[in-house]
Amino acid sequence: MQVMPINYYIFLSVALFTIGIVGVLTRRNAIIIFMCIELMLNAVNVLLVAFSKMHHLNAFAADQLTTVGTEAQLFVFFIMVVAAAEVTVGLAIIVMLYRNIHSVDINFLNRLKH
Amino acid sequence: MYAAFDNFPALLIWLPLVGALLSFFMRSETAAKNVAVLFSLLALGVVGSSLLYVDSKYQALNQVSYVWLPGLESSFAFILDGLTRTLCLLTAVSFPLIFLFIPVGKYKQPHVFYGLMMLTQCGLMGVFMATDALVFYLFWELALIPVYFLSSIWGGEKRIRATFKFFIYTFVGSLFMLIGIIYIYLKTSGSFNLINFYNAALTHQEEGWLFALFFLAFAIKMPLFPFHTWQPDAYEQSPTPVTMVLSGIMVKMGLFGLMRWLIAMLPHGAKAHQTMVVVLAVIGMIYASLIAMRQDNIKRLIAYSSIAHIGLMALGIFTFQQVAVTGVVIQMFTHGVNVVALWMVADLIERQTGTLSMSALGGIAKKAPNLAIFMLVFAFANIALPLTNAFVGEFMIFSGVYAMSPWWAAAAGISIILSAVYTLNMVKNVFYGEAAAAVQGFMDIRPLQSFVFVVLTVLIFFVGVYPGPFLSMIAETVSLIVNKLTGI
Amino acid sequence: MNKFVFLIPLLPLLGFLINGLGRNYLGKSLVSIIGSGVLLASFALSVAAFNWVNAPGFKPEVIFYFDFIHTGGLRIPISFLIDQLSVLFLLIITGVGSLIHIYSAAYMHEEAAPHFARYFAYLNLFVFSMLLLVMGANFVVMFVGWEGVGLCSYLLIGYWFGNNEYNKAAKKAFVMNRIGDLGFLLAIFWMIGQFGSISYMEVFAKAPTASVAVITGITMLLFVGAMGKSAQIPLYTWLPDAMAGPTPVSALIHAATMVTAGIYMIARSNVLYTLAPASQDLVAIIGSATALFAATIALKQNDIKKVLAYSTVSQLGLMFLALGVGAYTSGVFHVMTHAFFKALLFLGAGSVIHAMHHEQDILKMGGLKSKLPITHLTFLIGCLAIVGIPPFAGFFSKDEILIAALQKNPVYYVLAVATSLMTTFYMFRLYFLTFGGNFRGTDHQWSHLHESPFAMTFPLIALAVLSVVGGWIGIPTLFMEDAHRLSNFLQPVIAPPSEVHHLEHSVEWMLLGAVLTLVLVAILLAARRYGKNFKVENTETGLSKLLANKWYVDELYDAIVVRPLDALGAFLGRVIDNRVVDGVVNGVGKAVQFGGRQLRLLQSGQVGSYVLLMVASLIAFLILQLFWKP
Repeated sequence: MQVMPINYYIFLSVALFTIGIVGVLTRRNAIIIFMCIELMLNAVNVLLVAFSKMHHLNAFAADQLTTVGTEAQLFVFFIMVVAAAEVTVGLAIIVMLYRNIHSVDINFLNRLKH
Repeated sequence: MYAAFDNFPALLIWLPLVGALLSFFMRSETAAKNVAVLFSLLALGVVGSSLLYVDSKYQALNQVSYVWLPGLESSFAFILDGLTRTLCLLTAVSFPLIFLFIPVGKYKQPHVFYGLMMLTQCGLMGVFMATDALVFYLFWELALIPVYFLSSIWGGEKRIRATFKFFIYTFVGSLFMLIGIIYIYLKTSGSFNLINFYNAALTHQEEGWLFALFFLAFAIKMPLFPFHTWQPDAYEQSPTPVTMVLSGIMVKMGLFGLMRWLIAMLPHGAKAHQTMVVVLAVIGMIYASLIAMRQDNIKRLIAYSSIAHIGLMALGIFTFQQVAVTGVVIQMFTHGVNVVALWMVADLIERQTGTLSMSALGGIAKKAPNLAIFMLVFAFANIALPLTNAFVGEFMIFSGVYAMSPWWAAAAGISIILSAVYTLNMVKNVFYGEAAAAVQGFMDIRPLQSFVFVVLTVLIFFVGVYPGPFLSMIAETVSLIVNKLTGI
Repeated sequence: MNKFVFLIPLLPLLGFLINGLGRNYLGKSLVSIIGSGVLLASFALSVAAFNWVNAPGFKPEVIFYFDFIHTGGLRIPISFLIDQLSVLFLLIITGVGSLIHIYSAAYMHEEAAPHFARYFAYLNLFVFSMLLLVMGANFVVMFVGWEGVGLCSYLLIGYWFGNNEYNKAAKKAFVMNRIGDLGFLLAIFWMIGQFGSISYMEVFAKAPTASVAVITGITMLLFVGAMGKSAQIPLYTWLPDAMAGPTPVSALIHAATMVTAGIYMIARSNVLYTLAPASQDLVAIIGSATALFAATIALKQNDIKKVLAYSTVSQLGLMFLALGVGAYTSGVFHVMTHAFFKALLFLGAGSVIHAMHHEQDILKMGGLKSKLPITHLTFLIGCLAIVGIPPFAGFFSKDEILIAALQKNPVYYVLAVATSLMTTFYMFRLYFLTFGGNFRGTDHQWSHLHESPFAMTFPLIALAVLSVVGGWIGIPTLFMEDAHRLSNFLQPVIAPPSEVHHLEHSVEWMLLGAVLTLVLVAILLAARRYGKNFKVENTETGLSKLLANKWYVDELYDAIVVRPLDALGAFLGRVIDNRVVDGVVNGVGKAVQFGGRQLRLLQSGQVGSYVLLMVASLIAFLILQLFWKP
């Protein structure tokens, strides 16, 4: 069986993560920033799953009953759950913001100073 | 559980603490006051009975240790020796008298007031008895925090500013001390115990700057010139019972710290900085006396007079002479008694006339002869007239200072003269002369107040005439401290 | 006897406690009985002690009670020393003290009962302290009494505390005494350091082993203490002001007993002073200067008590002169005779003031001799005694001092003679202005003039008798061989001067005659000027204005000590403490606040900039982690 080299996954993940960072840094729309954050989280998820599979395959060759390397997939589930919760809260905040100032442009938001 | 109460130190910590908690839950003022008086009297009883068990065969009663943080080798370790017995006696005597003196209905939320006062007492007892550096620090802060609340809730007009300054000042000082404690802890075999601290492997250079850290904390607390500026404001703005605790007992924490936690712990550092401290102390004495001469407010006058007296005690400690240090210990006790007495008189005047400005007062002796007589006794005790308590301490301190250097003794002696000037000035302006408008309806003291004053007067003359028992109680502990410095 | 010695000071203390605590409950007569009774009892015990000491085979005895301070090599016992010197002072204090207590009972009768009791309590406390001072067997007990009498002096000067001038005088007395006390205290510490002890016996025994410089230092410091208590230059200005107290107090404290404490101290430490010639010279110079200086001021004072006060300062100066030239016995002798005649003069003045309804200005008196016969006669005896007319008491003691001064240095002799001439002049000025001539007060006062009651005249008479016969215990060898009983009595405690080159008797007779003639001339001058034809002139010019204003010494002290200190205190309080010291402290706070304000600018509130900062620092950490090798 031909296994895809881990490098490919890494490249993909880094690319996604970078897109996410650049998006967060450059965009002003809160929704898009939010999406970029999700993008970064998922980039990490891809990486976690890829490494998990790799480690598991290596261990499986020696011992058929091993569970080595599966923990990372558990982390992925955690991240997804947390991300979901965060989206709920975050979107709620954005909705509230929109109601108050009729905009989701973060450059208008400098109340944190106070 | 029973085992935690079968010794004096534990009782002295627990009694005020329990008293504090009970006071918090009382709803009526009299109940809260009664609880406070009862528990402080019990503490006095414990200290009093401990005077009968000073012999080394009763060591189990006087020295205890309960494990607190096993990982850090820190434990609730306390000792009751000559030095701490004197200070605990001062604490235990002062608190009931102060409680008895507080008029009913003066302070809002009295249960909180009394509770916090008792908590302060607990902290003070802990500071004096602790033989574990971390516990010492813990109680050091524990004594500070209730005082902060007491002053900022029940204080005078400018209380927030004054207490904030006081809090920041002392807190910064104690943080420096914490750094020092941690550093020394790392240099020991891994224990916060006093003995290990005494034996920590420190170079002379390390002792030098560690001295600075500890000294800052203690100098602020005492307060020594030039770290004293929090004091007049804090004394003026705090409610008088708190001022009594502050000036009568809390400033002794600094002096006590100097003895047990500084010069005995860092003898080389102390020797290296001796001249600096002596200079500061002497300048402070004369400086504060001169300022006291020009104060119009009685509270500020007593505050500056107190700075001058504290300077003398610091000077006595840094002579490193047995006689002088013994004198300082006895002086800590007597200064506490005298200054509490003076505050009480000041409080009585303020309660009745609403002012403490000497220019607005005068002729109280005509209206209240009994008060005037007590005031005379306290004033002359403040001046350290022979056969009053302060003379004993001052004589011993000066004799040590003279042995160190006659010139310093002569310079410091100027403050003896100045103390007569400002104290008698106060007596003259407030009590003598024709009765001023503000004192027209002045009432003489009531029986309960007389009782408090009589107790103080008896203490003043007993220690002044026959200080022997005190001296022999103190001597052994002091020689342990002083011996660490001899031969260096 | 030594079992009962402690009662001598304890009884007055008891009287103080009873009168002090019971002042609101005891009647006036009971108070005066208690107050005077305890003193009479003390006097009786002192007489018994005197007999004990005077008996052959007596050795000075130290009676130990308990250790006052005992720690770390310092041991200060409370113990009494009974010897010839202390017993002599005991007699003076309790004897004169008893008379003055009796006198006070009548003099103070106008006071309300509580104040009357307060007065007697203070007086008893004073006697207790004074007894402690002279009975102590070491310098610390002496110091305890020393400060104690200072306290009582303060309390009694300010007895009428409604008057702020009196309170100021009281405070001044205490503070000036304190200045001297500091010297005394330093001397005590020096002795502790040098000899390891403060008991007389040990210090005097070890004194010859110490260097002259050390002994000189100690004795000079002791003398500073004496300057304060015995009102010598430069610390004398409190004594005239101290006349604010009731007149019997002036008689007891500020004439007969307390102010002689300095003389007692130096006589007691005569062993030390003999070892330190420089200190002796200082004592003699200060003493003679004070004697002359105070006498000049007394010439122009118009307050009856002020004249007597300056006269006291002057006489104390003479006593110090005697001590300074080594004639310790003469100094002590003069203390005794002075106690008799000066107490007499003060009590006489009190009687006059009493009769004149608290008028003290002698310019408003005159011609009182017909109305106050007993007072007049006793006052005259006092005057004759103080100026040294034989055979009155003052003659013997003063003559001794003059001779001793001459033997040491003729300059001292000239100064002392000048002093006694001035003394003669101002005393008789006082006498003639008060009792001679015509009455210059109001008619109302004249009609109410009356002789004082028996309780007041009895002490006057007793003291007058003593002022006559008191000197006979010290008859000089000039008149009779070996008749100086006082000198023989004090022999064991005060060694006579070693090298005495006696003057020729003929020279002595001649000098004596000359001085007496001059004194008589001075009396006649005073009589001529202030006798019958005296008119009050208000214009004082030149020297007499300077004298009337006491050489402006008070003003000088005010300008060079009091005011600068006051200003310094104000400056330190307002500027240094508030601005500089507190300024630095607040400066630290301000600096922190300022720093915070600058850092706050980083916090723009823009979420974007926060995120950028976060990412940048993450990258920085990453790079640091990867590429930075320590």
